[in-house]
Amino acid sequence: MVSAVAEIRASSKTLLAPGTPRKPANTGQVIRWLILFTGGVLMVMPIAYMISTSLKWPHEIYNLALVPNEPHLENYTYVLEDGRFYGWFVNSLVIATITTISNILFDSLVGYTLCKFRFPGRYIVFIAILSTLMIPTEMLVIPWYLMSQAFGWLDSYWGIMFPGLMTAFGTFLMKQFFETVPDDFIEAARIDGLNELAIWWTVAMPLVRPALAALAIFVFLGNWTAFIWPLIVTNSVDMYTLPVGLSSFGDEADVQWELIMTGAAISTIPTLVVFLVFQRFIIRGVVMAGLKG
Amino acid sequence: MASLVLRNLVKTFDNTTVLHGISLEVEDGEFVVFVGPSGCGKSTTLRLIAGLEETTAGEIEIEGRVVNHLEPKERNIAMVFQNYAIYPHMTVRRNIGFGLRTSKLTKAEKTARLEDVAATLEMTELLDRKPSQLSGGQRQRVAIGRAMVRDPAVFLFDEPLSNLDAQLRTQMRLEIKKLHQRVGNTIIFVTHDQVEAMTMADRIVIMKDGHIQQVGKPADVYHRPANTFVAGFIGAPSMNMLQCKVDGGVARLASGPDVRLDIEAAQGQPVILGVRPDDLHPSGENPFLEGTVTVREPLGPDTLIYVDTPSGEVIAKADGQHPPEIGETVQLSARRDRLHVFDVETGRSLASNA
Repeated sequence: MVSAVAEIRASSKTLLAPGTPRKPANTGQVIRWLILFTGGVLMVMPIAYMISTSLKWPHEIYNLALVPNEPHLENYTYVLEDGRFYGWFVNSLVIATITTISNILFDSLVGYTLCKFRFPGRYIVFIAILSTLMIPTEMLVIPWYLMSQAFGWLDSYWGIMFPGLMTAFGTFLMKQFFETVPDDFIEAARIDGLNELAIWWTVAMPLVRPALAALAIFVFLGNWTAFIWPLIVTNSVDMYTLPVGLSSFGDEADVQWELIMTGAAISTIPTLVVFLVFQRFIIRGVVMAGLKG
Repeated sequence: MASLVLRNLVKTFDNTTVLHGISLEVEDGEFVVFVGPSGCGKSTTLRLIAGLEETTAGEIEIEGRVVNHLEPKERNIAMVFQNYAIYPHMTVRRNIGFGLRTSKLTKAEKTARLEDVAATLEMTELLDRKPSQLSGGQRQRVAIGRAMVRDPAVFLFDEPLSNLDAQLRTQMRLEIKKLHQRVGNTIIFVTHDQVEAMTMADRIVIMKDGHIQQVGKPADVYHRPANTFVAGFIGAPSMNMLQCKVDGGVARLASGPDVRLDIEAAQGQPVILGVRPDDLHPSGENPFLEGTVTVREPLGPDTLIYVDTPSGEVIAKADGQHPPEIGETVQLSARRDRLHVFDVETGRSLASNA
């Protein structure tokens, strides 16, 4: 690895030796940059408008200028001083964290079992899990609601969380990643005397860390931004999650966009933190290091 | 005492039988090498011994105990895998110590044993490194260390050298052999490389299509192959096989003088006359083959010559410094006690002339 990096460095040095003028960009490159630039702008614009709106006064909201005429932080003060915001923030944080941990544990446990054990009906179980991916959430909302009502889960953390504690997508993702873990590792651990659960935890799980990081990011973001189900299952303002809470700023006649955007801007902070923490685990090729060189 | 006994071992995957009743006794401290082409069942046999596959029929006994229904960890074996299977997320120390996780030794005893193994394998300085910082040979040594630290009754090696380059392979071959001489545990070693088998084994087990073809000391299987398969598989280049007929104690080739044999075969019986390139030389006494040299392969001390004869192409060994020229006609001869005779139909040896 180190030598490969050194090689690349060496070769880039030979390519751009001191004194060599840079080659002018050709048309293809210019077009590629333009496409990437447009893509970049399209990605950044909503975020830029969110921040810009959060700095505007109400009368300025529908003025599309990116830079506010009179930027101010009153909206932030208002949102942060409003006690409800903290409650929603904590609700979202608890729900997103628990569902993330739950998905990491259970999706990988099921994925590992489907990948590394041979048992009758294994394929049918896998297909059954995958087939649930084809059912849209909108169709499930009513059964979930009836179930929550029957079990007394309405307006509770459990009610908000239970549909997402394990996902078919996560199971599928983990199963595919466990395929990259050579059976030799598992058999070696078996000979070394570990039980199956210990093999999964100490040998297989560390080898799929990149996948776990990706799954953690997906699940956390998915639950952090979830809107429809938390809106339906919660009744009291105290149980709202951030997206539901933010949407309640204002009424039907007067939506307070500047406050919604302020709340949204604050709520992106945890998602950024999660992304920054986990993205460093997404390093490919970890698995191969213990095998033939 | 035999440390490992296999009795009529049968393994079937779905409807395909890959092992047809393997029986073998391995003495305590013996180094036994299973060799054969891919798909011959050698790795399956090893996996059955390890307990990684279930036997369809037959019995496996380790140190006097039938282990068929025991988990791998209860069989008192350790295994070194082809891909080493050392855990990339653990240091060398943790990798080697991993084999002791479930042992009942005290922490101090575990540390002492780990350091002892590291010293034996000359890896003490590498203990805190990760596998990615090790060379192929060092990784292989970690894998061996993890097996050694448990001091098992039987070591199982599944083609452990096949991922190393030629030079390192030779070096590791020697290291494993020395290690065996020092620690003296029973070793079952699987390889497809007949040179590895010949150089390392106390006894070689040659397998093909799920059957044992021959079991014997390296010199035995080389000098007295039981059948044409063993004769062709062991030794490089392969033994020359010449079609001929037996006629009153002599073998009659497609052309040239008859070859006297000391075997009993029915009059007119078609046989295969086998002679190793190492034993076939130009310009010896009583030549029985004549042909034209088509290719020369200089090896240094010797030169291999490919000779086109009326009985087909044969390989012979000539002098390294003054080999015959390409296109030259040579007469080839071999000592009578170095000739092998096989039945055409069964391929079985009709007793070597040795």
